[in-house]
Order: sequence, then C-alpha cells, then structure tokens
Amino acid sequence: MGLAVEVNKKQVEDSQWSEPFYINMGPQHPSTHGVLRLFLELDGETIVNCDPRVGYLHRGVEKLAENLNYNQTIVLSDRLDYISSAANNVVFALAVEKLMGLQVPRRARLLRTIVSEMARICNHLLWLATHALDIGAMTVFLYCFRDREWLLNIFEKICGARLTHSYVRVGGVRLDFTNEIIDDLYKFTEVFPERILDYETLIDVNRIWLKRTKGIAVVSIEEAVNLGLTGPCLRGSGLAYDVRKYRPYDAYNEVEFVVPIGKNGDTYDRYRVRMEELRQSNYIIKQCLDKLPETEGEPVLAEGAPDLLLPDGLKDVVPKPHPKLGAIFKAQPKQWAPIGEAFASIESPKGELSVYLVSDGSNKPWRWRIRTPSFIHVAAIKHMAKGHMIADLVAIIGTLDIVLGDSDR
Amino acid sequence: MNLAVEELQKKFPDVIREVKKGDCLTLICGREGFLEFIEYLKDQKGFVYLIDLCGVDYLNYPAKNWEERFEVVYHLYNFEAKELLRIRVRVPEDDCWHYSVVKLWKTADFFERECYDMFGIEFKGHPDLRRVLMPDDWKGYPLRKDYPLALSEEEEWEVYKELVKKNKPKR
Repeated sequence: MGLAVEVNKKQVEDSQWSEPFYINMGPQHPSTHGVLRLFLELDGETIVNCDPRVGYLHRGVEKLAENLNYNQTIVLSDRLDYISSAANNVVFALAVEKLMGLQVPRRARLLRTIVSEMARICNHLLWLATHALDIGAMTVFLYCFRDREWLLNIFEKICGARLTHSYVRVGGVRLDFTNEIIDDLYKFTEVFPERILDYETLIDVNRIWLKRTKGIAVVSIEEAVNLGLTGPCLRGSGLAYDVRKYRPYDAYNEVEFVVPIGKNGDTYDRYRVRMEELRQSNYIIKQCLDKLPETEGEPVLAEGAPDLLLPDGLKDVVPKPHPKLGAIFKAQPKQWAPIGEAFASIESPKGELSVYLVSDGSNKPWRWRIRTPSFIHVAAIKHMAKGHMIADLVAIIGTLDIVLGDSDR
Repeated sequence: MNLAVEELQKKFPDVIREVKKGDCLTLICGREGFLEFIEYLKDQKGFVYLIDLCGVDYLNYPAKNWEERFEVVYHLYNFEAKELLRIRVRVPEDDCWHYSVVKLWKTADFFERECYDMFGIEFKGHPDLRRVLMPDDWKGYPLRKDYPLALSEEEEWEVYKELVKKNKPKR
C-alpha cells in the first residue's frame, strides 16, 4: 500500500503526465455494439479528441446491389440494420416503386405499416435493453428481451424468419396476414402499454440512471441538424422532424400519432422520446389492425410488380465464366424500370434511412445509394464526446443507437 | 414549389446548367462557383439539412448526353417549406476534384470521405480526407464502374494475401 502511493507520487511529479494519452476503444468491446473502433486522445479520463474508425463490417452492399435485380436487393437490406430489417425492406421497395410508378394496394400498405412499427418496437426494446445494461441496469435487459421475443415469434408466423424477414416486396408484400397473426397482434397491443410502464418504473427515476444520463452529450437543435442527426436523436433536441409526418409513405397519412420531442437534448431526453415512441408505435399498430377488415380480400401485390422468377429468354444465354467461382448463370436483362432516378426515405427506428436510385432501364440499378442513419451517427460521436469522461462514452454510443452493420454497409 | 428557380438561375447563371422536375426538383450544376451557390441556398433559402451526399459513376451510361464521367449528388431539405432539392454536380474524370462543404455541414465530413473512398473524387478544403470504409492501403476505387467484381489472385489486398499464406494448412 505504502509503496503504491510512493510510486503514484513519483508519476504525478513526472513531466510526462502533461502529455496526451492515446487509447483504442474497440474494435472488440462489449459496449460498442459491434465492431466499432474509437481512437481516443485522453487527458486523464477526459476525452480530448475522438476519431471513429469504421469499415470492419463493410460488405460492399452498394456494389452488390448494382449486380442484382430489384427484388434481390431487398434481401441485402435485411443485413444492413439487422435489428429492424422489416423497416429497411420498405425503403428499398419504395424507391423502386417510385421509379416504376407502381400503385401499392391499400391492404399491402397497411401491412407494411404494421411490420414497420413492429420493427420499431423490436429495435427500441433492444436499444433500451443494451443501453441500460451498458449503464448498469441489468434487470431491464431481461424484461425487454422477453417482450421482443414475443414480437419475433409473431414475425416468424408472418414470414417464417425472425431476423432477416425480406417480407416486403417491390409492389407490396410477400404474404397476407392470417387470422391467427391478427389475434396475436391484438393481444400484444393490449398488453404492451402496461409493459412500458414496467420498464419506466425500473429506470425512470432511478438515481443512478439519472446521474448517468442527465446532461450527458447535450446537442442543440442547430447542432443536431448540422451534424445530420435524425430520428429520436434529433427529436430529443426539440425539432419534431419525422419523415412519417413530413413526407408520408405507406399508410402513415391515414393513422394518427404524436411525434414526441425532448427539451434539453441530452441522453435522458432521447431516452424519454424513445419510450414515448414505443407507445405511439403500439397505437399505430392498433389503428392499422382496426382498418384491416375494410380491405379484406384485396390483393397484397401491385399490378405490374416485377416477378420473383427469372426473366424470360434464359435458354439463349451462354453462362459466362466467373474468375473465381467458375461458370455462373447470367440472365438477360429485361426492360423493366424506366431510365431515371428516384429518391425515397423512411423514418427507420434509428433515423432517416434513404435510398437514391439511378436506373439505366435494365432490371438492375445503375447506382444504389443507401444513406444509413448509423453512419452519420457514428461520425457525430467525434463532436459529441469531446470534453466528456471516458465512462460517459458508453452512454453516448448507447444513446445514438448505432448498429455497425448499418453503418458500414 | 416554393423555390423560385428563375430567380436562382438569374443569380447564378454560370452554375446552374439545367433544371429538371422528376420526383423532386433537380438542379444540374457545374463545379465553378458552386460553393457560393450552395451557401446561398443554405443561408438564404432555408435548406439547412443535408440529407445525403454521394457520388455516381456514369461510365458508358446508356442515356448519357454529357461529357463528364462523375457526378456528386446532394439532397437538401428545407424544414419550413417541407421541400426536397436535388443538386447534381458534374465532375470530369481527368480533373477529378470537387469543393468540400464541411465548413457548412459537419455531416459532410463522413459523406465526402466515403465519396473519396469509393470514387476517388478529391474534396478541396476537407480537413481530413482519408478512406473510411475500405482499409487505408487499399488500391483502386471500388464503386467505379470499371472496378472488377472479383480480383485475380495477384491483385488481392496485401493483408489478405499474408493471411492466406499464414493460415495455409500444413501437410
């Protein structure tokens, strides 16, 4: 004991202490939610500079999409933000529908709205679970996963998959809901508001939670817009920008909901916004379920939607050898989409997710640009972490709600 | 449409080359004088939110009737007027650079780095132009149309080659 103090004294007197200290957080770190590497310059425990380095999960989705036809690209979208893949599917389909001028049937639009909101609840539950776990509240984690499991089971009944749904198709959805699914969802919407109260009881006025979140990473409205923050991160600062209200898609113009906003723009306000969104999502699902009987018997796929099957004229194609995989099949491009460009965006659970599509008139996109919220939010860590303690960095990463698969594409 | 396009065209005759009305208002611009133009849009016209910035490679594009190979595409949004604006800036291949807008939007930092990473378009005035998604020692620009889908064995990334060598099964 005595020796340790002496050694400490020696070090403090050393002039080297005034020099900055460099440290890597990640790529393998439990609270970076994936493979995020933060290169930190520290002064004691205070962050002087933070350089986020991404790309460890880069799979070249944009390049891959240029070589797949439009329905195949939807499968790629599942792997972006794998926590809310149903919402990702929607934006991919919307961009192509905008380009081709497809009219999606009302029933399909309602079904899409339901799955998008289910994805939002799933995402916010997982966010709450991991964010609370990072900060030190273990119990919430278990409760959140219990309810998420319930939704995932419903997803399994809808489309057969729990995480990578690919439920949405260009021009509609893949399958209609059965009565069993509608019953399950009704039951869920009845019970879920009480569950939200449960979580709030656990952490809303918890002293540790308040100390760890209040006044951490405060962002003003102007700065949030300048940083490109969207979704709950922007609304926590006080600007009620929601793509569902500003540029409605699917069935969002026929349901009512409130866009919750925060006041102080700190981590606690962003938490409150997300909890409120859980309630609103639940309410939207309920409204859509009430409207479903009106559209009983309608098709769930638009007329003229591109087929899932390969195009005609395959017999005449000579397979071209691939440099690595040997001979692979190459289908003749069929004139499907018109030449032009389209831009579609949705309010994904994490923020604004948009696709910019340039078409050359074939069945494959010429350019498929995906603007993911996580990529921008990762960049924002640089500005938000400055001046905070290293322990708060965990709260900042959590509050931004990033998924590295979404960021690195 | 709240944006007076004629007024803009009169004010910036050298910048705006063409106006299109597709799914949203599209301005096709040249590179010279672009910075003043976009600053005017941000400060005077209320386009405060940069949704997206990306590059597009138009090599051998079937419906192409212009010279330049690349384009840098901006999507701007005006919260009050609820208006979306697309700006396409043409960038030639042999003089492959564009002005950086990092001073106006901090968001542009990662966007421009990605654009440089994928297309090799250099952004003048960017404080820290490095690759983002690809490794620092990567050769070539992957999203260009003439970049191969699969590399031959000699062209592979050096680190990958070393890894393969190291992990070769011993017999």
